Amino acid sequence: MEQVHPQRKWQDYFGFSTDHKVIGVQYLVTAFFFYLVGGAMAEVMRTELATPDPDLVQPEFYNQLMTMHGSIMLFLWIIPAGAAFANYLIPLMIGTDDMAFPRLNAIAFWIIPPGGIFFLCSFFVGAPQAGWTSYPPLSLVSGVWGEEIWILSVLLLGLSSMLGAFNFVTTILKMRMPDMDIHSMPLFCWSMLATSALVILGTPVLAAALILLSFDLIAGTAFFNPAGGGDPIVYQHMFWFYSHPAVYIMVLPFFGVISEVLPVHARKPIFGYRAIAYSGLAISFLGLIVWAHHMFSSGTPGWLRMFFMATTMIIAVPTGIKVFSWCATIWGGKISLNSSMLFALGFLSSFLIGGLSGVMVASVPFDLHVHDTYFVVAHFHYVLFGGSVFALFAGVYHWFPKMSGKMVNETLGRIHFILTFVGFNLTFLPMHPLGLQGMNRRIALYDPKFQAMNELVTIGSYILAVSTFPFLINIFWSLWKGKKAPRNPWRALTLEWQTSSPPIIENFEEEPVLWAGPYDYGIDTESVDGDEEVDDMLAEVAGSS
Amino acid sequence: MQSSAVNESQVVIDSQQESGHHGHPDHRMFGIILFLISDSMTFLGFFTAFLIYRAIMPVWPPEGTPELELLVPIINTVVLVASSFVMHKGQVALKKNDIKGLQLWFGITAVMGVAFLLGQSYEYFNAEFGLTTNLFASCFYALTGFHGLHVTVGVLLILSVLWRSRTEGHYSSSSHFGVEAAEIYWHFVDVIWLVLFILVYLLQMS
Repeated sequence: MEQVHPQRKWQDYFGFSTDHKVIGVQYLVTAFFFYLVGGAMAEVMRTELATPDPDLVQPEFYNQLMTMHGSIMLFLWIIPAGAAFANYLIPLMIGTDDMAFPRLNAIAFWIIPPGGIFFLCSFFVGAPQAGWTSYPPLSLVSGVWGEEIWILSVLLLGLSSMLGAFNFVTTILKMRMPDMDIHSMPLFCWSMLATSALVILGTPVLAAALILLSFDLIAGTAFFNPAGGGDPIVYQHMFWFYSHPAVYIMVLPFFGVISEVLPVHARKPIFGYRAIAYSGLAISFLGLIVWAHHMFSSGTPGWLRMFFMATTMIIAVPTGIKVFSWCATIWGGKISLNSSMLFALGFLSSFLIGGLSGVMVASVPFDLHVHDTYFVVAHFHYVLFGGSVFALFAGVYHWFPKMSGKMVNETLGRIHFILTFVGFNLTFLPMHPLGLQGMNRRIALYDPKFQAMNELVTIGSYILAVSTFPFLINIFWSLWKGKKAPRNPWRALTLEWQTSSPPIIENFEEEPVLWAGPYDYGIDTESVDGDEEVDDMLAEVAGSS
Repeated sequence: MQSSAVNESQVVIDSQQESGHHGHPDHRMFGIILFLISDSMTFLGFFTAFLIYRAIMPVWPPEGTPELELLVPIINTVVLVASSFVMHKGQVALKKNDIKGLQLWFGITAVMGVAFLLGQSYEYFNAEFGLTTNLFASCFYALTGFHGLHVTVGVLLILSVLWRSRTEGHYSSSSHFGVEAAEIYWHFVDVIWLVLFILVYLLQMS
């Protein structure tokens, strides 16, 4: 007999589809592929850095690897992975059947694979060597075609992320189910609003900078070339006007993931719903006025340094509000230490370190000391790996049953977590003292006195490489032989758990029902029905039990 | 009597098609506005870069930059601003279900857009400086060129509206997203030109 509510067949995931769930999975798998590519490049770099002399690869090739590693991890892994969760989850969470513009959504995804392959093709003509920042005049003198391919790919990937952002904002603001007002939608949607605002306002400015850089490169103009009367500092301003907010584009979606994962696995209501929602918007706003803290050593005048130092430090306030709210959420909760929760706790601890070292480098005198050293490398890997990637894995373990209809193997998941957490800290923690002692980043050779510590870092990076194997085995094994997932294995309250796993093509068999808020764990919503005092009391009882 | 009933039901069907998949409400205008906000940030990037150069360079425009000829750009400005009003008349005509009026006014707008582009080309071919002459010249071509690209896209949008309007019932007083999208984009390009004209042409006069 034919099914009343048809599901997707596996073939659907390999072709052009306008279904947001298919597109979400396509984003996630594509991004993960590029994570492996970018990771392999990092392993070659770390192997080279195990010894002070450039004996494994030529310094030019090291520069290419360094540039491609950074660009791939940012533009082809973290940003698309955030879009993956947004695509998959937003329509389900707000109880609708698809995105506002499904075809545009599919186009946004299908820009990425060609963009990524084009990116990698730059190795055939001499990959770019100027770092992911592509500062002129360095980017103008280190190989024209590699650099031009870099520019075109970043423009393509930026376009993809803008098309995604138009969709997210329109869907969240216009397509929520009738009963859901903006203050009862899941926090992940709030975080995607904040992210999309930054994409919409920031990305075009990067595009403008790259178009002008392209003119300098190909047509012989001198916008950023001091040799022809231009000014490289203007490029830095335009670049960081996007690229600092880009840090928040890369981390805000995963703040949203954490806000979903913690309450479910701690069985407690989220602490400070509105504080978390609005602090995300505050981070986006502040994120637009802090960019020049990347340029403290670029001859930026003192008064401008003061301004950017102050605004940057203020960002610690909304970020702190989030971190404290998350801690308060799990405080006294009935925590189940499954793979998803372990990665979420890994996120909390690592991101805290990244956030604190962020406040340190925001201070001008300190920053002048550690600028372009491994301290900065340690800082942003604690934010982007310790923050984004840990939260990303928490999200994968949390929503894998929903996406695939199969449960994951918890033992393998825990092994994955332990290897990742140990490998991550062994790789990046020693970079703090290395940087403080003056080891320069982005260079293939270093002073022999740093060798012992670098060997440790390299061993850590190998553990990190090994950690992906239990994950991959787990995913393939679970898809093939995993236990069938019920609708709602975590007894969660957000709407995506009200439909089958995986959801049917049209998402919901019938209109979903909002019978509780997204985080009303331990609250008897039927008997109190809006009585706030009783509500609070019950929440307290639920918390202390 | 009967024919008007048929027409009405036709309108209902069209508006359903216009509202897209599965009868969702139509959010495309909201999407277009988000796009225009984003696009205006691109111009903001270019304009800010231009203003920074103007502020930090000891001599601006750099030594040896010839005076800009103002006659053609002023005519161009008048043509482009006027075209916005002409175009609006087309939309007003459509609101009264006057397809012929829509075609007439949009046709004139397209011609004015092409006239603007021809004026711009004339200026390019007769300018006394090239793309790489100096920083001001590079900015001049980059800014006007990027804007010209937008005008070209606008003309193409208007032409596609005209093409589609040949199908009977494609646009009507109740269903006209394409017309409105083309119009709001054209007004946007127009406003950008005014800012650009002030920055690139008028601010250089001293």
